[in-house]
Amino acid sequence: MKMKPTVAVHKFSSCDGCQLAFLNAGEALVTLAGLVDIVHFAEAGYLDEEAKVDIAFIEGSVSTPHELERIKTIRENSAMVITIGACATSGGLQALRNMHDKDQWVEGVYALPEYIELLEDSRPISEFVKVDLELWGCPINTRQVVAAVRALLFGVLPVDEHDKVCQECKRQQHVCVMVAKDEPCMGPVTRTGCGAICPSVGRDCYACYGPAELPNTGAMARRLEGLGLTSEAIAQRFLFINNHAEAFREEAIKWQEQGQ
Amino acid sequence: MSQHVFLSHRDSQRLFDALDRAGYQAQAPQPKDGALVFSPIRQASDLPWGQHDTQRPGHYRLSQDDSPRAFAWANGPQALKPQLFAPSEPLWQVARDADGKLRFQACAPKPQKRALIGVRPCDLAALAIHDAHFLGGERDGHYAARREGLLLVAVNCSHPAQTCFCVSTGDGPAAKEDSGYDLLLDELDDGFVIRAGSGAGEQLLAGLALEAATPGQLASAKGQQHQATQGQLRHLPDNMASALPNQMTHPQWDKVAERCLACGNCTAVCPTCFCHSEREQPALDGASSEHLREWDSCFSSGHSYLHGHLVRESGAQRYRQWLMHKLAWWPEQFGRIGCVGCGRCISWCPVGIDISAEAHLLCQGGEA
Ligand code: SF4
Ligand code: SF4
Ligand code: SF4
Ligand code: SF4
Repeated sequence: MKMKPTVAVHKFSSCDGCQLAFLNAGEALVTLAGLVDIVHFAEAGYLDEEAKVDIAFIEGSVSTPHELERIKTIRENSAMVITIGACATSGGLQALRNMHDKDQWVEGVYALPEYIELLEDSRPISEFVKVDLELWGCPINTRQVVAAVRALLFGVLPVDEHDKVCQECKRQQHVCVMVAKDEPCMGPVTRTGCGAICPSVGRDCYACYGPAELPNTGAMARRLEGLGLTSEAIAQRFLFINNHAEAFREEAIKWQEQGQ
Repeated sequence: MSQHVFLSHRDSQRLFDALDRAGYQAQAPQPKDGALVFSPIRQASDLPWGQHDTQRPGHYRLSQDDSPRAFAWANGPQALKPQLFAPSEPLWQVARDADGKLRFQACAPKPQKRALIGVRPCDLAALAIHDAHFLGGERDGHYAARREGLLLVAVNCSHPAQTCFCVSTGDGPAAKEDSGYDLLLDELDDGFVIRAGSGAGEQLLAGLALEAATPGQLASAKGQQHQATQGQLRHLPDNMASALPNQMTHPQWDKVAERCLACGNCTAVCPTCFCHSEREQPALDGASSEHLREWDSCFSSGHSYLHGHLVRESGAQRYRQWLMHKLAWWPEQFGRIGCVGCGRCISWCPVGIDISAEAHLLCQGGEA
């Protein structure tokens, strides 16, 4: 990586929440601006979508024919492509439409559906172009971005944080909400990185960081069943945010089929 | 041999005042988010009066009634471990000075006088193991600093949980003479029978000028220790030492792995587990970095990742490492098994896997 790499932040189908990991970084944003050259970041006022860059951060999934063209150009123009967040990495909320009648949804949501041009499915970036690094989460946080950029500046790949949320939850000494309150916590199958936010406020993790390494989704699902969740509710726990992550999707489909 | 004295519940604030005068910051288990968790305390009235725990595999509930006791429960999710072996802490920092040279700085914590009230006999047994691990051989400065100022007010168990099996490991429900407490309490309905186990304990007791415990009070304390012993439901297999080491290929490993989430909750709540990993946390500008030590677990992939190769890929291999290290291999390392029968890994396992039940299944059929 050269001394001051060029960086672009691109937005696809998404809520803009992951870009806030940069924008809300406070002092770190000032430091970052001194370490890299931000050449495209529409939300921050830098506009040069076609620029050749060293690092392209991609937020959002590919949902429209236009986005499909854009992602191919960006890949050609970027030495390294990093997806940020669930939409770009594993489909996100909007990919839920892939399992339903999209035309019906469009009609239900938009006043003038004839202006909406969609691909059949909404899919993560890696299904269209090669992705060099994935930052999971919905949304990702500043700590993840800072760690990734710092590692790349040092010339190494960032550490893949793939342990379970439980590990961090226990380091912070939160009382387990599943054991003490029968909450359907997804922490035991979910990737760390958030800082165990939900258990810290007494809530169940809803798996927004996607599957951890070695996720025993079957055992997790049976535990949820034991807590009284219906087959459909169990499927929804897995599909909610990261429905294109294979481990979650496959488990969900099993329970959906069982529910029918 | 220290004398047994009696402190009535009515007068229990006097113990807190004495600790305060001696410069100790006191902590005791108090209800928080549905469990008993060590928290700072100044008033005897903040002890967990009337609290009870109900524990089963994968289940922990607190309830309260008008019991006159403060220790009518077994334990919470923490032992002493987080107090001494911090879940996450910087070991050292490094920064560039004006000449561009790297300067390293250790970050050892300062010793602090702390009194922990409500320590259980199994916690003391686990502490002895951690002392051997962190202070015997290579001395861990961070652990040592926290250990130094610690005063232990232990309470014998009168209400073991359904998950407890300290009788079977020999670590409870009453603390052994030389188990390292400063004060040891037996709680009766109207107060505490107390004895000292160290110089610091003797001094505190002398300051309180309490009456000797009556033979009747001593008999009640003995009686409830006996009852607590009789009441335990779980135990480890009698043939474990000879049978377990031979079970590396037992089909039960695959069976338990079907249920095990490999989440590491068991190792985190276990008072004897000591595994950790270390990582770098550089500042964004690259001019400084913190070297962190964090609790790790044999259920994580990093624990067995060696130079591009993951030694324990499957849940079965990881569960086997946990159980075998605790129950089969620990004696070689520390001269005893790595389990003190606290039952925490059973209650706090999200899917209720029971290490004692697994040990029985593995040892069935004897020496394979
Ligand atoms: S609260 Fe959730 S994340 Fe925390 S230990 Fe329990 S199951 Fe794991
Ligand atoms: S193995 Fe389980 S029962 Fe034994 S000391 Fe550890 S947590 Fe307690
Ligand atoms: S059981 Fe696992 S986590 Fe605990 S000390 Fe042994 S190897 Fe470490
Ligand atoms: S035994 Fe229970 S607590 Fe331990 S890793 Fe398996 S599921 Fe988690």
